[in-house]
This record gives sequence, C-alpha cells and structure tokens, in this order.
Amino acid sequence: MSFKIASSPHQHNQRSTAHIMRLVALACLPGIAVQAVLFGYGVLIQLVLAIVTAWLSEALILKLRGKPVLSRLKDNSALLTAVLLAIAIPPYAPWWIIVIGTAFAIIMVKQLYGGLGNNLFNPAMAAYVLLLVSFPLQMTQWLPPLSLQSVDLTPLDAVCSIFTHYSCSGFSLPQLQANIDGITMATPLDTLRTDLSRGLTLDESLSRPVFFAFAGTGWLWLNLAYLAGGLLLIQQKIISWRIPLAVIASLFVLSAIATLAAPDTIAGPLFHLFSGGTMLAAFFIATDPVSASTTNKGRLVYGALIGLLVFLIRNFGGYPDAYAFAVLLANMAVPLIDYYTRPRTYGHRPRSELK
Amino acid sequence: MSQFKELTLQGLWKNNPGLVQLLGLCPLLAVTATVTNALGLGAATLLVLLGSNIAVSLVRNHVASEIRIPVFVLIIASLVTAVQLLMNAYTYDLYLSLGIFIPLIVTNCAIIGRAEAFASKNPVLPSAIDAIMMGLGFMLVLLVLGAMREVLGQGTLFDGADLLLGDWAKALRVEVFHADSHFLLAMLPPGAFLGMGLLIALKNVIDNKLKQRQAVEKGSIARARVTGAAQ
Repeated sequence: MSFKIASSPHQHNQRSTAHIMRLVALACLPGIAVQAVLFGYGVLIQLVLAIVTAWLSEALILKLRGKPVLSRLKDNSALLTAVLLAIAIPPYAPWWIIVIGTAFAIIMVKQLYGGLGNNLFNPAMAAYVLLLVSFPLQMTQWLPPLSLQSVDLTPLDAVCSIFTHYSCSGFSLPQLQANIDGITMATPLDTLRTDLSRGLTLDESLSRPVFFAFAGTGWLWLNLAYLAGGLLLIQQKIISWRIPLAVIASLFVLSAIATLAAPDTIAGPLFHLFSGGTMLAAFFIATDPVSASTTNKGRLVYGALIGLLVFLIRNFGGYPDAYAFAVLLANMAVPLIDYYTRPRTYGHRPRSELK
Repeated sequence: MSQFKELTLQGLWKNNPGLVQLLGLCPLLAVTATVTNALGLGAATLLVLLGSNIAVSLVRNHVASEIRIPVFVLIIASLVTAVQLLMNAYTYDLYLSLGIFIPLIVTNCAIIGRAEAFASKNPVLPSAIDAIMMGLGFMLVLLVLGAMREVLGQGTLFDGADLLLGDWAKALRVEVFHADSHFLLAMLPPGAFLGMGLLIALKNVIDNKLKQRQAVEKGSIARARVTGAAQ
C-alpha cells in the first residue's frame, strides 16, 4: 500500500480534465445553435474542419514527441481549442483559414511549449490573432444576420462558399455581405467604428438596420446564448465566477463613465456587453485554466485587465473588437499577477506582515 | 591547416553568430523579409567584418588595451560608412529598401565581438579567415530565414534580385506558388521571431542526433568490457 504525501488543499474533485473540457465544449452549444440559426450554417462546417485539423495536428506532434497519442487526444483539450476558434472566426471564411489557424494553435502555441498545461498563451486566441494579422480581409468578412441578407443561403451554399469562395448559385462573399439595399454590411462594432470615423454621431449610426435595440441584430441573441452557457459552467463549478465577473464589470464601469463623458462617440455599457464577442470571451476564453491567473485575487485583476484593454482597443485602437489581443496581453501579465497575489499559507507570515 | 578547418567549422556551424551566439539579431530579424534584402545585408556585413578583422589584427600590438574599444568602433564605423556609400552609389534601390539597417551594422555585436574576441589576439591571416567564415555563417542564416519568410509570405524567391545584382537577375525570380492573399505574418516581425526559433530548434535537433550517433559508436566498444565485468 502506498501513502501519497501531498500538500494542502486536500479536497477531492472527481472531474477529470476530459470531463471538464467536454462540459465547456457542450456549454458552447446554445451559442453555436443560435449562430447557426441566425447567421447561417457556415459555423457547423468550420467546426468540423477545426476539430479534424486539431486532432490530426495533435496526433502528429504527439507521435513526433514520443508521447502516448490516444490517451492525450481523449483529454478533449484539442477539441475545445478547435471549437473556440471555429466559433470565433467569420462563419463563411474560406476553409484554409480555419485549417491554418487550428494547426498553428495546436502545433505552435500548445505543443511546442510542452503540451496541455504548459502553454503561456491561450491557443485559440493566439491563432485568432495570427489569422487577423495575416488575413485581415478574410477575417472581417462577417455576413449580416439571415434576416438582413439579400440572398437566401442553404446549408449547401455554406459548403460551396467555404470551399470555393462562391456560393452554389455563384455569389461571392462581398455580394453576400450586401443587404437588401445593396449596401455591404459588416459587424455592428465594425459599422459603428466606420460611422464614427466618418463623423456620424452614435445615435445616427445606431439607427442603421444592423443594430437592434441596444446591440447588433442577432448579436444580442448570440451573446445571451453564450451568457446562458457560461452561467451553467459557473453553476457546475467548472469555472470560477471571478474572471467573467471582473471582465464584464470592468468593461461595464469603464464604458458607463466614458459614455457619460462623450455620449456622441462612445457607445454605452449595454452595447459593449452584448456586441462582438464579450460573453464568449468572458466565460469561455478568458477562463482557460492553463493561461489565466490561478489565485482568487489574481483572477479579479486578470479579468479587469482584459475588460480595460478591450475598452481601450475598441474605442481608441485600430481594431473593432479586441478580445484576442486583450486575452494575449493579459496572459503575458499572468506570472506577475500571480506573483503579487499569492495567497497566504496557513501558519506562515501573519496577516499584519503582508503588504 | 587544421586551424583553418576549425575556424570554418566554428564560423559556419558550432559557433554560428546568428544561431548560437545570437548576435546581430536586430538586422537579422528586421531585414529578412525577402532573400534579396537578406543577401544584401549579409554581403555588407561580411565586407565590414572582413575589413574590421584585418584592420584590428594589424593594429593589435600598437593600441593600448585601455582604449581598444573606441579604436575598434572607429575602424568599424569608417568601414560601414564606406560600405554605405558604395551601396548608395551602385545598388541604390536596395540601399533604400535596407534603409537604417546599413548604418546600424556599426552596432552589430557580431562585428565588435569578433574584433575583441579573435582579431585583437591573432595574426592577420587567421583573423581574415575567421571574418570570412563568421560572415558567411551569418549570411547563411539570413538567407535561410529570408527564403523561409519570402516563400511563406509571397510565394516567391529572389523577388527583386535585380536591385542587388543588376538587370540579368530578373531571371532569378522564382514563383513557388501563386497566392491571392499573402500570409502577412511571415513578412511581419513575429514571423521573423518564429522562423528564427524554428531554425535554432532545427540546429539543436541535428546537433543532438550527431551527438547520439557518436555516443553509440563509442558506447559499443565500452559495452563489450562492461558486460564481462558485471556478469
């Protein structure tokens, strides 16, 4: 009989890595479903492509490194990376975008650093930044929600346009992007950004059809779906509530103050929370157990830092949405955050000596 | 002769300025977006390195050791100025595209490093050989990195070689594949860092393989004795 000596905490958690990763991926399902219904079936094809690429590249590298292939593949971490990247990119992006991105995420960002648990950066977001920097055109071609599209898209059209750049009936992506009036549509954040740079006020911009209530058409539902999935994860104690709360609170407070100071140029907190990738990033991406901060206080700082960076880049930076950059920058700060927020060990250094 | 062989091996592989000493990384990473730029900067660095090693080796017994660094810097700076003026006169377009990185050769640690570590202690001929080998080693890394980034980024090789070599070199341009959208990351600085890391990793892999093979060859003899003693 062997006696295992381990340091505290001595609590037991019956969940394996594979189980946790699977639950996180399952919690994305409401968001994926909403995206498929409101924005077309492209996202499903991207998911298949991403998962196949992730498994293949993970198996290849594990084989090269002389590690057990099948048992590592079964931990579902590659699957989760693939899912997160596939739902983050535009659903009708050409097939090679997602293939290059997933392969980069698994091979360069995860396995070259030593595999699961050793990567400094969030693989999905590092790959997203790679794609955004390398292929800015393809990575910004979001189609408008189905209700605003001028051409009806069937699931077969999604396959055609992802693999051949043209839908089966011969429309190119820029043509599909045009709405009923023939005006090319972008994401709400992108539209707002362009309008503001053209000198329009916030209210004038928000009256366009791409906006609905206080967020973008379709994007509100998408964010609500991810919010529901995220709350489920917190309820199941898969993720800590600290990071999502800190991200959302810091973005909310900053944009609330800013919109009071400059009501014509900076959108309000609700717009920021329910447009772009806020809920997906706050609950699914920033909470990556490997690259996020691990102390309780540190998680609050880490989340707040992401919210601050997103607010700054969205309003004053060069890109319409900024979660990938914000998460990567915050990943870099994690060792420092963890160092300064180390919890006190019981029996060492009384509270009064801690600064 | 064995000394020259050793110098060659050191410069090109074992002590390569780019891959092992990691000197001169700033130009190495900044100008290797295309093979032509890499070749131009590699040749300029080689010339300066050769000149500075010879000059430093010649004056090594006449310069007091307290002021040797300023003297070396003066020598290198005048050589760089000469190379810069030459490039300005004969390869003007390349001169424009390399820009600030030609004057910055002065600050390339590989050059002052070789002057201090080798040329100031050795006669002229070994110093010259050392300069050529180190310069070639540096140029080789520039070329490989430049080729990797140009193929990935634009799908071409030797694009714009005529800027460096004259009009005939237009025929050198190879189009490896045609891409509608360029893989910009390879052309941007992050691509240079990633490529450099991969090159160093590749060198380590090759070194490890070589070491293993040597160990196996030696080990087979040793094992014959050990087996007898142990059992």
